[in-house]
Amino acid sequence: MIVVIAGWEVITYRVSQYMAAFLIMGGIVNGVFAALDAMLFYILFEAMLIPLFLIIGIWGGARRVYATIKFFLYTFFGSVFLLISLIYLYQLGGSFAVADLHKLPIEKTPQILIFLSFLLAFGVKVPMWPVHTWLPDAHVEAPTGGSVVLAAITLKVGGYAFLRFALPIVPDAAAQLDWLVILMSLTAVVYIGFVALVQQDMKKLVAYSSIAHMGFVTLAFFMVYSMATALKDPAAMGSAVLALQGGMVQMVSHGFISGAMFLCIGVLYDRMHTRDINAYGGVANRMPTFAALYVLFAMANTGLPGTSGFVGEFMVILASFRASPWIAFTAATTLIVGAAYTLWLVKRVLFGDVKNAEVAELHDIGRREFWMLSILAAAVLLLGLWPQPLTDVMEVSIENLLAHALQSKLCIGFAGGCL
Amino acid sequence: MNIAIAMPEIFLLSTICLILLIDVFLREDCRMVSYLLTQVAVLATALLAYGAMDGNKTTGLNGMYVSDDLAGVLKISILLLTFGVFVYARKYLKDQNIWQSEFFLLALFAVLGMLIMVSANHLLVVYLGLELLALSMYALVAFNRDDGRSSEAAMKYFVLGAVASGLLLYGISILYGLSGKLELTEVLAYVSAQNVLENIPLLFALVFIVAGISFKFGAVPFHMWVPDVYQGAPTAVTMFLGSVPKVAALAMLLRVLAESMGTAQAGWAQLLLVFGLLSVFLGNFVAIAQLNLKRMLAYSTIAHMGFILLGAMTGTTDGYSAALFYTITYAMMAAGGFAILILLGREGFEAETLDDLKGLNERNPWYAFVMMVFLFSMAGIPPTVGFYAKLSIIQAVMQAGYLWPAVFMVLMSVIGAYYYLRAIKMMYFDKPEQDAPIKADLDFTVLISVNGVLMVLLGLFPSALMGICSAAMVTSHL
Repeated sequence: MIVVIAGWEVITYRVSQYMAAFLIMGGIVNGVFAALDAMLFYILFEAMLIPLFLIIGIWGGARRVYATIKFFLYTFFGSVFLLISLIYLYQLGGSFAVADLHKLPIEKTPQILIFLSFLLAFGVKVPMWPVHTWLPDAHVEAPTGGSVVLAAITLKVGGYAFLRFALPIVPDAAAQLDWLVILMSLTAVVYIGFVALVQQDMKKLVAYSSIAHMGFVTLAFFMVYSMATALKDPAAMGSAVLALQGGMVQMVSHGFISGAMFLCIGVLYDRMHTRDINAYGGVANRMPTFAALYVLFAMANTGLPGTSGFVGEFMVILASFRASPWIAFTAATTLIVGAAYTLWLVKRVLFGDVKNAEVAELHDIGRREFWMLSILAAAVLLLGLWPQPLTDVMEVSIENLLAHALQSKLCIGFAGGCL
Repeated sequence: MNIAIAMPEIFLLSTICLILLIDVFLREDCRMVSYLLTQVAVLATALLAYGAMDGNKTTGLNGMYVSDDLAGVLKISILLLTFGVFVYARKYLKDQNIWQSEFFLLALFAVLGMLIMVSANHLLVVYLGLELLALSMYALVAFNRDDGRSSEAAMKYFVLGAVASGLLLYGISILYGLSGKLELTEVLAYVSAQNVLENIPLLFALVFIVAGISFKFGAVPFHMWVPDVYQGAPTAVTMFLGSVPKVAALAMLLRVLAESMGTAQAGWAQLLLVFGLLSVFLGNFVAIAQLNLKRMLAYSTIAHMGFILLGAMTGTTDGYSAALFYTITYAMMAAGGFAILILLGREGFEAETLDDLKGLNERNPWYAFVMMVFLFSMAGIPPTVGFYAKLSIIQAVMQAGYLWPAVFMVLMSVIGAYYYLRAIKMMYFDKPEQDAPIKADLDFTVLISVNGVLMVLLGLFPSALMGICSAAMVTSHL
């Protein structure tokens, strides 16, 4: 997961006065991923809201106040239930250490309640359909740097938390309610994909595509349970590992890609001061270098082989065949819809004739912008062509995680045990 | 007779008389001397109270007075808070042209009343302390005597306060009629022998006593006075009223309900549960509609008092310590919040609407940051201390088996977060409407900075203060 954090280096290229807020943010995010104590995790999870609230609110767009308060209250609402669950767990086990919580035996009904509260807290953060509505608002109003952090990092916290908390602590509830999450994820993937298609605002479009991609991630995490019915079968186990790996690769790559997409939009916005797609056209004629990079990221966003977007999506879809061909089929439609909205965006913005006088006056990206985008481009390509180092790092922890996540907790503590 | 047991109170009373005398002979432009003497008296009393803490529980003055660690902790927090409030108040009194030493003397009498409440081991002594506190407060609220709203607030406070005192006294007299006892330990012996839920007269007495205590807290349904008094009183008095007496109110709750009727917890816990939940609900919802910052903070106080009552309601050591921790830290936040209001005021101008906060970040980033810390702390967002206080209360409530009230409490915190966020929005996202420079003396600036930093430090390292709170509960056998 450390790789994800690397995403925030991007912001250091933005020379402006909100560095302090970003530094605090960066520190807190590092802490969130490193926390092994549930209460510490919660504190950092919440503390993350404060700098982001200010970043969006102070340096954001016209409707920033509405967006930032909506963002804050949504996330806060979700996470207070997390707090209640954590206190409940503490009273059961007398410890906030995550490792102890993994071993804690819990009855079925509490497990389901705890799972639902986890789902609410992390689902809002991810965000999953239908609690995603804060994200487009927050993205649209946030300054470019804010959008990048939001897309590249904070969304990942939700996904990470599912792996760290929801799956291992309440495995039985997760197994029982996996259909709910899968349904929500598929809705996100398909429905939000179509929503993205009709957006007029570039940032909104990328924001919706983020939701769709994160739907993939949650889908991958929860498919594990449908495969696990044949736990003894090594092939099933293999594809469960594949699904989780795919989900994590998807998270990392989405961090790079969506961050890059937002930076690109920021580059355009700095010049034109509008995000309306209709105001652009033929940008490639004036900004060839920029256009090349932009197309690369767009392709990665659609999941073109050779880019990191492909690796994650392909692993997830491959694994999902094991769970159910229908899930795989539905999930795969995103490749079409995703290609549709991304390529259409690229077509309308970059290609065609130079549309108006403002576009005609555009000048190409400078050295600073070039390097900040090309580092990301290199990462996207590297991950796409040679993902093995990343998956190797993940493999051990995933197998460890699966051991916890698939082990039913209901039988621990009963003399006879269960099968 | 062991007079030494009341040493801090005796010392404070003598110095009050001394300052009164000195003040008579001071010229108008030497008021600073009485101010400094007041501050020295407060600190010296705090030292005496600290010296009296020896980990034992001793009673004296014919069993009417008690000295234990709980009393020590409460007294020291009352006195230190008072010290801070006085530093903040000085700027306000000078700005508003009411720089008179009566403010400090009346406040000292109120503090004396509070110290007596804290150490009382006898129901009548509790009542005496309460009345000394209340009478000084009535006069303080009307301190700005040319201001109609101030007098109106004082009148309202006085009438309602008198009714509440009557209720409390009536409850005490029923209890006396039943048991023939007034000393807290003897009352405990009587109550322990009864089956509370079957004994209707005893329940009657309990209801009246709880009503009287809830009035002091300003908990729903005895909250009517809070918004009007907060708004009408001069801001310095509001700050005093909104912070220090809350500690004394908790002391009264701990002494009267927890200590002398702890075995009747089943009887009063339900009342406190309902009052607490109603306060959290009403305080947070009504605060949203307020445009006057003082009124908004008044409703937010109601909500916070609900949390404290809910913590005390559990009847466990954890619950009491959490309530104590919450009260002390809340008093610090409230004092700081009102201090920022004072800071924004200047000669002939009083800041009290939300609009006055607009653009504070552009006018002075550091004060804006400190105010943001206070507001986030009141909203209970980590890593500020407000989060830890709420956490420990909720934990105690859940420990006692009240899962749904706990869920209700966190939901209400989300609603509460909205109006704090709105205030932060005003400070950070809006343009300033006035650009008068913000001036403050060095002592004010230093104290408000320390106050703000403490909110974060205590949030990150709460265990020291929490340890003191629970140790105090243990020596008092709560």
